[in-house]
Amino acid sequence: MKKINAKWTFFYATFIALSPAYANDISGNISLEGRYFSQDALHTGQEDGGFSLSLQPEFRHRWDNDHKAFTFIPFYRWDDKDKERTHGDIRQLDLTVAKGDWEFQAGISKVFWGVAESQHLVDIINQNDSIENLDGEDKLGQPMLRASRIMDNGSLSLYILPYFRERTFAGVKGRLRTPLVVDTDQTTYESNNEEEHVDYALRWNQTFDAIDIGLSWVDGTSREPELRVNNTSTALNPHYAQIQQVGLDLQYTGEAWLWKLEAIRRESNTTGYNAAVGGFEYTLSGVAESAADLGLLAEYHVDSRDEQATSPLQNDIFLGTRLALNDTQSSELLAGAMVDIDNQSKSLRLEASRRLGDNIKINLEAQIFMDIDSNDLLNALRHDDYLLVEFQRFF
Amino acid sequence: MNNTLKKCIKYSIASISISLLAINAYAETAQEKGLRIAKEADARDAGFDDFTAHMQMLLRNRTGQKSVRQIEIKTLEGKGEGDKTMSIFNSPADIKNTRMLTFSHGLKPDDQWLYLPALKRVKRIASRNKSGPFMGSEFAFEDLGSQEVEKYHHTFLREEPCANNWTCYVIQRTPAYQYSGYTKQIVWVDKQEYRPVKIDFYDRKDAHLKTLTSSGYREYIGRYWRPSTMQMQNHQTGKSTTLQWTDYRFKTGLTARDFNKNTLKR
Repeated sequence: MKKINAKWTFFYATFIALSPAYANDISGNISLEGRYFSQDALHTGQEDGGFSLSLQPEFRHRWDNDHKAFTFIPFYRWDDKDKERTHGDIRQLDLTVAKGDWEFQAGISKVFWGVAESQHLVDIINQNDSIENLDGEDKLGQPMLRASRIMDNGSLSLYILPYFRERTFAGVKGRLRTPLVVDTDQTTYESNNEEEHVDYALRWNQTFDAIDIGLSWVDGTSREPELRVNNTSTALNPHYAQIQQVGLDLQYTGEAWLWKLEAIRRESNTTGYNAAVGGFEYTLSGVAESAADLGLLAEYHVDSRDEQATSPLQNDIFLGTRLALNDTQSSELLAGAMVDIDNQSKSLRLEASRRLGDNIKINLEAQIFMDIDSNDLLNALRHDDYLLVEFQRFF
Repeated sequence: MNNTLKKCIKYSIASISISLLAINAYAETAQEKGLRIAKEADARDAGFDDFTAHMQMLLRNRTGQKSVRQIEIKTLEGKGEGDKTMSIFNSPADIKNTRMLTFSHGLKPDDQWLYLPALKRVKRIASRNKSGPFMGSEFAFEDLGSQEVEKYHHTFLREEPCANNWTCYVIQRTPAYQYSGYTKQIVWVDKQEYRPVKIDFYDRKDAHLKTLTSSGYREYIGRYWRPSTMQMQNHQTGKSTTLQWTDYRFKTGLTARDFNKNTLKR
């Protein structure tokens, strides 16, 4: 009898251990992207627009009433111009186990914190894959261990981040870059452990009726590098300092109004600063007797470092509109302008998408830089107005 | 007392009580009867604890073009509060793994969170737009939301034969919550098991907008009736949406922890 039990236990354990290998849910997308720049390149060596192909398959396996989940999402992009933009990443490779009030996660994953639309200030766990897009929404997979205590309408999570991912940057031929290319082979760290420094993060979030609040604390390697001109003044070398950051994100959800606030305090051995973004989104539903929703957005950005800020959003206002047709093709449009209140530099952006048939989606993205002040951080991008068209085939 | 007299008194008491009962029944207004039927329908569906099901939406436009959405639904019965529902979208492929969590409340607007898998972002969204279309379909958000009794004022209209040779109560209900797209709904509920068979929806101009027909009812775990097909026909646009419900499972052991904005990401 004992033998049989042991046998079954072994069989069961093997099944559990192997079951993630049989991902029962395969999906993903393959995308073809074309970028057109309306002006000649500003920096030496840069090339004009071109084509790019990316592939992101997604393997998922969920079992035990979704209390256990295995996910594997690799990503690869080929770019016909910039060899730095030809890159791959493991976006996710992790196992999540939920048990009662607890949830545990181990592996490479992605975490999003925050509420604002025009900047993701509080969001810090994952490194930006900024060669993908400068909007801060493409992220590199982050190795992590997470334990969460789930509470009524909230949770408390502890993250242990054992390995650091470096930010990606455009190469010599790439557009939307600094005048000097960032040399990611010359990266330096404040910590002697370099990319093996273990970072920690804590996050608490809770819903109180119409209010969603989140508080976060992070201690570790800054995701944002300091870019130092090298000895021969031919490239920029990234340097990653150690930081501590406290973050707050807050949203009030009314019937048509969303009020949002994100604020951080970041400290390193050399500096300390505060930054915030706050504003609203007001939605008019069923505009002009149609099924469409029209959203009006306004967000204000501030950074206590003023002109010394490493972000262009030190005293800027974002005004935007979001249109969702709520049609069968899920047609959507988001258009907005970011205006620097001090020097009137403007950056305009439009994003639109629509489903074609059942499995294809077309995405449009346009970016225009206007009246860029010579002292503004966007000055290096002043010739980089572009139009991007992407066809995504989902499977 | 002789037997005849005894009998006499007995009969008169009986007849008095019968007439009292009749007066009582007569005294029930159409509103009271409507509410009683709605409460009975609600009571008969109470105690299911939780259920999961697969929902396929088939959208057809006027020219017959079709488009399909596959959605997993998980519902946790609210005890003394509204139900909690999680919708997991499996198709169209571009929104696969998108999830929506709804805490329904009676007259208060629902709490709603949307999980966007590409960004791993959980977004709290305003739920005022009850009359907006769900996934481009002919179902509005308010048609699919949990149908708490206090969401409507009910009026009993009549009894009449309805589908499957059943006899139905016909109830008019007017939304008691704000921002509804309807002035009224006429609901046919069968007398036997209180299954909603048909609903006529009247728009803000009181014009007949849509008809929902539910069929293929099956009884689960000996108590809960659920339709396998729900067809929504829009009379004004000619478009229609058909829901096919499969894989109903009751009392699967889900808890409030499975309906938390932090567990949307699994």
